Amino acid sequence: MSKERLSEDQASPGSPADAPGQAEVTSANGSGRGGRAGGGRSGRRTLTEGQRSERRLALLLCAPAALVMIAVTGWPIIYSIWLSLQRYDLRFPADQEFVGLANYVEVLTSSYWWTSFGVTLLITVVSVAIELVLGMALALIMHRTIVGRGLVRTSALVPYGIVTVVAAFSWRYAWTPDTGYLANLFAPGSAPLTDQASALAIITLAEVWKTTPFMALLLMAGLALVPDDLLKAASMDGAGPWQRFIKVMVPVMKPAILVALLFRTLDAFRIFDNIYVLTSGAQDTSSVSILANTNLIQALNLGIGSTMSVLIFLSVALIAFVFVKLFGTAAPGSDTEGRR
Amino acid sequence: MSDIVLDRVTKRYPDGALAVQEVNIEIADGEFIILVGPSGCGKSTTLNMIAGLEDITSGELRIDGTVVNDRAPKDRDIAMVFQSYALYPHLSVRENMAFPLRLAKLDTATIDRKVSEAARILDLTQHLDRRPSNLSGGQRQRVAMGRAIVRNPKAFLMDEPLSNLDAKLRVQMRTSVSRLQKQLGTTTVYVTHDQTEAMTLGDRVVVMRGGVVQQIGAPQHLYEHPANLFVAGFIGSPAMNFVPAAVADGRLSTALGDIRLTDRLRRAMERADAPREVILGIRPEHFEDASLVDERVRAEGDVFTGLVDVVESMGSDKYVYYALDEKARSAELEELAADSGSSDVPASEGQLVTRLSAVSPVREGDHHEVWFDLGKVQLFDPATGRNLTLEP
Ligand SMILES: Nc1ncnc2c1ncn2[C@@H]1O[C@H](COP(=O)(O)OP(=O)(O)O)[C@@H](O)[C@H]1O
Ligand SMILES: [Mg+2]
Repeated sequence: MSKERLSEDQASPGSPADAPGQAEVTSANGSGRGGRAGGGRSGRRTLTEGQRSERRLALLLCAPAALVMIAVTGWPIIYSIWLSLQRYDLRFPADQEFVGLANYVEVLTSSYWWTSFGVTLLITVVSVAIELVLGMALALIMHRTIVGRGLVRTSALVPYGIVTVVAAFSWRYAWTPDTGYLANLFAPGSAPLTDQASALAIITLAEVWKTTPFMALLLMAGLALVPDDLLKAASMDGAGPWQRFIKVMVPVMKPAILVALLFRTLDAFRIFDNIYVLTSGAQDTSSVSILANTNLIQALNLGIGSTMSVLIFLSVALIAFVFVKLFGTAAPGSDTEGRR
Repeated sequence: MSDIVLDRVTKRYPDGALAVQEVNIEIADGEFIILVGPSGCGKSTTLNMIAGLEDITSGELRIDGTVVNDRAPKDRDIAMVFQSYALYPHLSVRENMAFPLRLAKLDTATIDRKVSEAARILDLTQHLDRRPSNLSGGQRQRVAMGRAIVRNPKAFLMDEPLSNLDAKLRVQMRTSVSRLQKQLGTTTVYVTHDQTEAMTLGDRVVVMRGGVVQQIGAPQHLYEHPANLFVAGFIGSPAMNFVPAAVADGRLSTALGDIRLTDRLRRAMERADAPREVILGIRPEHFEDASLVDERVRAEGDVFTGLVDVVESMGSDKYVYYALDEKARSAELEELAADSGSSDVPASEGQLVTRLSAVSPVREGDHHEVWFDLGKVQLFDPATGRNLTLEP
């Protein structure tokens, strides 16, 4: 708290020609806090006394939440990073030792890691792509429905309401040879969950079945952003249904689509419960999360497991970065242009 | 360039609401026609049916003699301007205007030429690369017009295109819309709830009420010969005065005093088999300060003396308001009052609005004598609203 006060004072209009170093601290702080791009010194200097005290109050009010966030998310991350730099196997606790990046070398040269990474990427890309298409279709249906709107929406959301593990078990039983109705129907006499390709397909199917409603819900919020008049205008301008969709609807709801994709991609990359229940990662179907779990919890190798966790964290951060920086994904509601 | 015919066109929405009922309109090639009426009377629905955005429940819509009931909007070759402008937010002004041309698969050079031409006409050349969200209301409105005119459609449909502009800009844009339409000579159907726009813009005006066409005609004709109470009250500002009147002993006894029945009125009432109770309508400008009217003219009218309530001096003339003891009652008049918002004012007594010469010495609180022209008085049937004085 007192530190932030300090930087606030440094920015006071009383000291116009500060040392460059000081100014940098302030501007970094300023843009971070106010959330303004380029909120540099010149912007700051024009603040009135009232605005400054208001900002101070805002900081005070935010502080408790920020502290709790740091405590519950920051600490585990830092602790994982610290663990990942150790040789630390709970079966041989005496051998604990700082090994630098050795664990990273170990993991990144392991074929297990890269297989899991590939599987995870495959599941992520395929399931998110299918979800986008199905979710869009579902969203359009829900948006257009006039009669029984509530019923349609509720029934579409049922899969999302079921606990993933429970749903995964029902998929597992359905695909179990002899007893499962889906196995009997589509693959009589074989065990689809024991073959890599078919197991991955089933995992993807379970994932798609489960999360399409979520996608649809986010996309439906985006559809609400497309004014009716705009679609009517496009009809008058000579656009057919497909052109209206591609040339008007999609661009106008692009922010919502990107947010939906971001959420789902991050989620899909961390896929765990479906695989855990369906195959436990057998036949090269484990995702990076499953692999990390195996090393951490089953093999009790805290060092290697933490390294994988950190790598997953970095991958997820990279995905988010790509979405936000390259595609310009904005948080829902912060977009102003698409509305008007 | 084409004519549009609505033949007993009816619209019933899926929820059962009858929005438009048996509408017959024949719109000539190049004509500028206005649909006017209070909000909810079915103007937009009618326009959307012409556009193809709403299905026609029954009746026929013909463009250039071809029935187009079942044609999609894109196959009707009609352009539309919306109240909200409906500009594509993700496209620049240039791309917005080029949108219909792109869809029509014109080549780039032609598109560029047509867009520049439209931009020049509408004075948008320097804004071509901006986004709609960065434009002012008036500029957005012009972009919407531009998008309509670039492709030389058979007709323009406009749904309250000026309603989102402020009053001053609206008057300016009204003139430019009118000029543009004359210049292009394209058949235009224009929807508004503003009777001033209707009067000033159109070649002909269609007055609608509750989904039913009340009267179609040139603005001046509607003004002088309204078919019924509704049209009489809707067209004109300030509105026509309505006072209850009863026929007795060859005279009309009204809140304006006993009025002699002129030959014109007597003949009209006999012809129309009028009831004993009627509503008398007279426009504010058909009054004059009695002291300013010479004897000869005076004989063609009658005088009314009343307590002056309010005087509004407009410079060119004076609006003088009198309080009356009685108020004319009819369903149509109540609807008009509801539409203009004046039904909220609890007025059990009536009001008379007169427009007098600026030189009139009238003052608030005076008992002042005004003359009115009996030749302009109109009588209406309170039950049906029909204008009894209309020449057959
Ligand atoms: N989509 C719709 N479904 C049901 N009723 C509608 C619909 N659109 C309009 N209406 C009804 O039809 C009538 C005419 O509406 P509209 O044509 O929009 O009126 P206006 O444009 O003259 O204000 C209104 O009573 C309105 O409530
Ligand atoms: Mg309307």
